[in-house]
Amino acid sequence: MAKTHVKMNVNGREVESLVEPRTLLIHHLRENLNLTGPHIGCDTTHCGACTVDMNGKSVKSCTVFAVQADGAMITTIEGMAAPDGTLHALQEGFRMMHGLQCGFCTPGMIVRAHRLLQEIPNPTEEEIRFGIAGNLCRCTGYQNIVKAIQYAAAKLSGAPMQEAAE
Amino acid sequence: MPVIPAPFSYHRPKSLAEATALLAEHNDEARVLAGGQSLIPMMKFRLAAPEHLVDVGNISELKGIQRTGNTLIVGAMTTQHELQQSQMLSEAAPILKETSLLIADPQVRYMGTIGGNVANGDPGNDMPAVMLCLDAAYRLTSVTGTRTIKARDFYEGTYATALKTGEILTAIEIPVPPAGHGHAYEKLKRKIGDYATAAAGVVLTTRGGRITTCAIAISNLADKAILATDAAAAVIGTALEKPTLDKAIAAARSIMSPATDTRGTTEYRTSVGGIMVERALKCALARAKG
Ligand SMILES: Cc1cc2nc3c(=O)[nH]c(=O)nc-3n(C[C@H](O)[C@H](O)[C@H](O)COP(=O)(O)OP(=O)(O)OC[C@H]3O[C@@H](n4cnc5c(N)ncnc54)[C@H](O)[C@@H]3O)c2cc1C
Ligand code: FES
Ligand code: FES
Repeated sequence: MAKTHVKMNVNGREVESLVEPRTLLIHHLRENLNLTGPHIGCDTTHCGACTVDMNGKSVKSCTVFAVQADGAMITTIEGMAAPDGTLHALQEGFRMMHGLQCGFCTPGMIVRAHRLLQEIPNPTEEEIRFGIAGNLCRCTGYQNIVKAIQYAAAKLSGAPMQEAAE
Repeated sequence: MPVIPAPFSYHRPKSLAEATALLAEHNDEARVLAGGQSLIPMMKFRLAAPEHLVDVGNISELKGIQRTGNTLIVGAMTTQHELQQSQMLSEAAPILKETSLLIADPQVRYMGTIGGNVANGDPGNDMPAVMLCLDAAYRLTSVTGTRTIKARDFYEGTYATALKTGEILTAIEIPVPPAGHGHAYEKLKRKIGDYATAAAGVVLTTRGGRITTCAIAISNLADKAILATDAAAAVIGTALEKPTLDKAIAAARSIMSPATDTRGTTEYRTSVGGIMVERALKCALARAKG
């Protein structure tokens, strides 16, 4: 099958590639661009481990073709920390509040939470839970994930915050 | 089980005319790609293997929400997320946003479109029942022209609709329900993000606390979304007294034929289907002003 030329901005970098139309965005990111942060958890659009930000929307990259992302702005977990390695407030929040155990769901959770906080900078607990409903975690029971997102929301808006997990 | 779709040629037309021409050229071998949130999973499991995918995501004619007179016109490529952001839609026909929020999860709603939801033909989709309640109509365009068909005439069975090869759904026309109408969409699901075990939508109007007009439709309780006309007729002229409600629920249950599946047995799903109708009726009546 003829390959198609695609160009996208991934984590601030312009990348051009030739892909088969049937290549899923997750495979393009992981296999062609070596960005293995987004994970494949289910491959059936249920778990959200493959979540990346595409043109300001959280998407499950296992359910988008790379050709659909032609011309898109993509952010993966690799693009969250500052270039000097300083963690993003969400990454710091997950660390401080013990928002992860095995860490498999974390790249998707953080990228999704990032978009959520862009849309709702000071979400209620209910809004956080509803907002991450497309991301499954088999380890934490979500409690500390919610706290991690609250930590980041507080930090980003300059409000006083709880220092660490109980 | 393969999770890589079969190979296909990809087209991303920039206009509706270009898209319909591509569909006419490739006929049965072509499929419209909207948000991809039903079609891509089906392709990954090889339940669908179109040779040509016509991605209509770049066609501005299919976008946007307008009101002309008493009709809302919602472009087929309006995503669930965009629909939820529309103040105008939420005010004119709040059942749309209420239902949209019960569909899938945030990621799927950023991509999934209203057009894809109603054109898909999966009885598990939630919007078809809402369109039956609102008496919406679908605009279908092909190289030979445009026709409009009522949602009430569109659904034929599982993945069987009146959409013909070569046609694109371009917009949904929704008559604005009367001010003060009551509405509800009640959906029982195993977990957030799941398709309905059973669901029911209601749009009604009242006068002096009595129901003057009513439409009831059910989702995932038959091979397609269906209008419960006898149940609706039973409640007209009443204030939903217990015997009336029982009669309506029994009438609605009599047209349900859900399969036994992972969501429950036929008996269970029919039973809770009746409860969804009851809740939707009560909630819609409580919300109605008139
Ligand atoms: C995890 C998950 C949970 C979900 N839960 C729900 C739920 O609870 N309720 C629910 O209703 N849906 C649910 N869905 C389905 C979701 O809402 C889909 O987005 C929707 O069914 C299809 O819309 P789409 O834009 O993604 O269409 P696509 O997947 O692109 O297309 C679906 C079908 O419709 C056809 N089509 C699409 N647009 C047009 C058009 N304009 N003209 C002609 N044909 C067209 C396509 O050719 C294809 O056959 C879920 C999906 C997932 C992955
Ligand atoms: S791998 Fe994409 S949703 Fe699970
Ligand atoms: S930390 Fe293990 S799946 Fe979430």
